[in-house]
Amino acid sequence: MEVVCALGHVGAVWVAVVLGLVMLPSALGISLGISEAYMWVLVKTLEWATIRLQKGAKKPQLQMPRTPTANGIIERDETPMEKEIALLHRADFEFSHIFYFCRKGFEAIVEDEVTQRFSSEELLSWNLLTRTNVNFHYISLRLTVVWVIGVVVRYCFLLPLRFSLAAIGITSMIVGTTMVGQLPNGSVKSYLSEVVHLTCSRILVRALSGTIHYHNKENRPQKGGICVANHTSPIDAIILTNDGCYAMVGQVHGGLMGIIQRATVKACPHVWFERSEIKDRHLVTKRLREHVADKSKLPILIFPEGTCINNTSVMMFKKGSFEIGGTIYPVAIKYDPQFGDAFWNSSKYNIVSYLLRIMTSWAIVCNVWYLPPMVRKEDEDAVQFANRVRSAIARQGGLTELPWDGGLKRAKVKDTFKEEQQKNYSKMLLFLGKLSHDMWLDTSALAHGLWHVGCSPQEELAPGSLSTHRCPGQSTSKWLHHV
Amino acid sequence: MGSRASTLLRDEEIEEIKKETGFSHSQITRLYSRFTSLDKGENGTLSREDFQRIPELAINPLGDRIINAFFPEGEDQVNFRGFMRTLAHFRPIEDNEKSKDQNGPEPLNSRSNKLHFAFRLYDLDKDDKISRDELLQVLRMMVGVNISDEQLGSIADRTIQEADQDGDSAISFAEFVKVLEKVDVEQKMSIRFLH
Repeated sequence: MEVVCALGHVGAVWVAVVLGLVMLPSALGISLGISEAYMWVLVKTLEWATIRLQKGAKKPQLQMPRTPTANGIIERDETPMEKEIALLHRADFEFSHIFYFCRKGFEAIVEDEVTQRFSSEELLSWNLLTRTNVNFHYISLRLTVVWVIGVVVRYCFLLPLRFSLAAIGITSMIVGTTMVGQLPNGSVKSYLSEVVHLTCSRILVRALSGTIHYHNKENRPQKGGICVANHTSPIDAIILTNDGCYAMVGQVHGGLMGIIQRATVKACPHVWFERSEIKDRHLVTKRLREHVADKSKLPILIFPEGTCINNTSVMMFKKGSFEIGGTIYPVAIKYDPQFGDAFWNSSKYNIVSYLLRIMTSWAIVCNVWYLPPMVRKEDEDAVQFANRVRSAIARQGGLTELPWDGGLKRAKVKDTFKEEQQKNYSKMLLFLGKLSHDMWLDTSALAHGLWHVGCSPQEELAPGSLSTHRCPGQSTSKWLHHV
Repeated sequence: MGSRASTLLRDEEIEEIKKETGFSHSQITRLYSRFTSLDKGENGTLSREDFQRIPELAINPLGDRIINAFFPEGEDQVNFRGFMRTLAHFRPIEDNEKSKDQNGPEPLNSRSNKLHFAFRLYDLDKDDKISRDELLQVLRMMVGVNISDEQLGSIADRTIQEADQDGDSAISFAEFVKVLEKVDVEQKMSIRFLH
């Protein structure tokens, strides 16, 4: 009896703690300062660990990175094909042309821009979580002790607490939105729906020990607009909803996600598509247009990359969202990887094991920047507009811009890219052949001249100029149009 | 995960690879972590598909030839050792290597080995000669559909003619070396590996 009694007490205290310290503040949108205190302790501990690691690194047997670039394997040669081959030029084709392609190929094998974005980013210092860096499994005695304490805290205290919170958050989201959904459409309904969404996402953010810094709140997405953000994880949506409601756009899921989707759509005008519908681009665009046209509806939230990227770069934005028209509100989200890896590697982990990893990490710390709204210019097509928005997000979030399609995570690269390369090379070959027949030019002057024709001032100044990225197909094609 | 990967690489193996390829200890461990991340089958070897999954390599007109260079005749898997041996051709030649004693085995990244590597990319049937037909096939890979058969044929003819010294209408390795004698092969066939 006594054991049952004691268990009952523990349970009651637990419920009281959860209710009093988390639920109420969430509903009211206030903070008691507990998570701030937790973060303070965490930051201090990690700082201490970094110093310990650096001291340890002075011992010769350790291989510690010395500079931020030391995580890279090579330094790339960025000489463009035209420059390199034209400088060698004597006739149209020479055996040495192969060297260029060869070197590019090997550089890509050793280190490439794309595939590494689909696996967790490397950290510069160990963050006392076992799973991070290859370079950091050396552990001194004191660090080991701290690490063990960390494991106990994370798994025995934080995990149950976070798990209960997540359960409460999800349940109240389902129950709340279903109840609100019964009300007739009107201002009362949308008000209550917002309250439910905000409260539940606050609970869920607490379930992840989320510390989120919102910047430039004056640019927050307005009704009737489209909010586009870079995508790292499914929790991006919760992070954003924590500061304002959105109408979500996405595909209908099964399981728990499906139940949540069906419940929330009753209260709030989310746009869920069946798998068969999502292929129908016209239908998608039409439904989104209708939504945007209604200025009383919540802003739509879209992740135009279409897949999760590891928080270091922004990949190609699919143009669909930029064809709808209306105002685009760009948002940049950048997680602090020191406290836990927010990236969802969906080809490696399912959603449950992903959430488990998140809930046993230290915390989710992130910055959210609201950027000034953007509208498509008259002389711009959807792709150019998408690139302009992407550049703005990348600049603000400190992310690398990559022209590649995030879909490469699963699909193979399209043949057209290779054809583009072949086309570039052929053009150059024919051009060199013509030159060597027509006139006898000084080869270095030739290369120099060519180079200048290629870089017109507009291209150099254009935001998101393609000159720095590593997709040679696009960077050189522009250049050769002038030839 | 990463920690498992690095424990699989024993110190003796690192030493052997170091001796064979000239890569440093930290370069080897970093390349090993790259190797394991490419190894989607998680069986300690790479297949052609593993290479083709790298988009930048897949769009390279000579991507298939380059991938092929990793696989010895008749094999469709390459282990870390073999992977490193092929990569070693692209290690830059360091100052202290130039003056090394001439008795030891020639390092994989010597000028001659770099040239031989390039030669084998052209030499499709591995008969130690580049025939007109082989050159045409490689040229076709590089230009795609953009140049006519006739034009490409005349490019191949001229290239062979200029390099052919013994009049057999094919290019031997010696002739290949001669043609490229003024080219800075050491630099053009090297990648700047960080230490």
